[in-house]
Amino acid sequence: MAGQSCSQLSLFTPDEVEFMAEDELVEIVPNLRMDSLNFICGDYGPFYPQIAIQVPLWLALALKKRGKCTIRPPQWMSIDNLTQVLEGERESHAFQSLPFHYVEISRLLFDHARDDIPEIYMVRSLVEDIRDVRFHKVETNLENFTASAVTWKNMAAMEVNIIRAFSGRALQAFYRHENEQLIPDLDRTQDRQPQNLNDRPRRNLRPR
Amino acid sequence: MDSGTGEGSTSFTDDYETFISTTDVDLLKRAWRNEKAAPEILQYEAALVHRIKEQIELAEQNVEASEADGEDPLTMSLYQMDLDRTQFLLRSYLRVRLQKIEKYIFHILKTDESLNRLSDEEQTFAASCGDDLRAHLKETVLSKLPTDYNSELKQSAASEEDDMVPAPRLDSFVICKARQYISGLDFEPEYSHEITEMERDLLTFVCYKFIKKPLENGKIDLV
Repeated sequence: MAGQSCSQLSLFTPDEVEFMAEDELVEIVPNLRMDSLNFICGDYGPFYPQIAIQVPLWLALALKKRGKCTIRPPQWMSIDNLTQVLEGERESHAFQSLPFHYVEISRLLFDHARDDIPEIYMVRSLVEDIRDVRFHKVETNLENFTASAVTWKNMAAMEVNIIRAFSGRALQAFYRHENEQLIPDLDRTQDRQPQNLNDRPRRNLRPR
Repeated sequence: MDSGTGEGSTSFTDDYETFISTTDVDLLKRAWRNEKAAPEILQYEAALVHRIKEQIELAEQNVEASEADGEDPLTMSLYQMDLDRTQFLLRSYLRVRLQKIEKYIFHILKTDESLNRLSDEEQTFAASCGDDLRAHLKETVLSKLPTDYNSELKQSAASEEDDMVPAPRLDSFVICKARQYISGLDFEPEYSHEITEMERDLLTFVCYKFIKKPLENGKIDLV
């Protein structure tokens, strides 16, 4: 079962997250003439040399690997924008606006299209810094988990994926403790004497 | 809440764009993600899977035909990649469902609500899988236990409910994103104290059962 996350049904493997990111559109400049491609996932093309066109990332990378196009790095990957985002990340508690798949897209482009990114070292270190600051923020944010529903603006796919298992269980535990008299803990009641749930003092539940 | 008029108009154009540009692959991807992230088994997307299977078959025939024609190898390899990606999605979708069926087999077999969400093939699989597991448990353990304790569903004959059936935990937390602004009316009334609204495109960690209804109505995606 290669590429499948078996152990925990609800977890996406990093490969699966990358798979989703590969459907994001990027702009390429082909250097060959090719008819329209009528894929199951949509129609792309026709392709003409030197005429820019939007295609999914996986297609862009496939053409790039065969030397058939150059990839135009997305707007948000410019040094100006990244510098601004990094400053914003450092100054505020909120997440700055970046594409949902920014981690995967930048990784794939760094790995396979390095010659298409001007000043790649600078761009790369900026993206890495941003990622580090944001992951750190994600971790410190975990300390503030209390409510039964938590919202985060602008969190990216990989960041969500990292904290999914932990925060899911943590929130579930919070929720269960808050509602203890309503929901008997199945794990525990199974191997103990049945407890009389009505004996406990009833708390008035208030949504937070 | 800033759901002013400006936002309303953008969401209209977005909806229109998704309406004209959504392919079956996008829909399958959504079904796959929801299925992977939801604790319980969801409704089988019969029509969608049927359409995807047809498209896969067609694409396979095209690849074979152009292989015979000696078509440009680059174009062919691209078509093959597209085919592989779609097949991966479909297989993964079906597999996740089989894993869930195996995991919650007795629960699914005894609740009509879950059983009705399976496809015909999945129902056959569930029935035979349940029979096998029951026979196995009987043979190895249950037949050697006293009569009061030899059910695969109950701890003892004194249990009022089936207390040995693993069931999906509907109170587990999932991460979701609303496809549109969701008001209190979209949620089950019994959870109206817990959750009142959800902004569009905002990532939310939430208890699965709160959002079960809007998820089934296609107003929310699991991430």
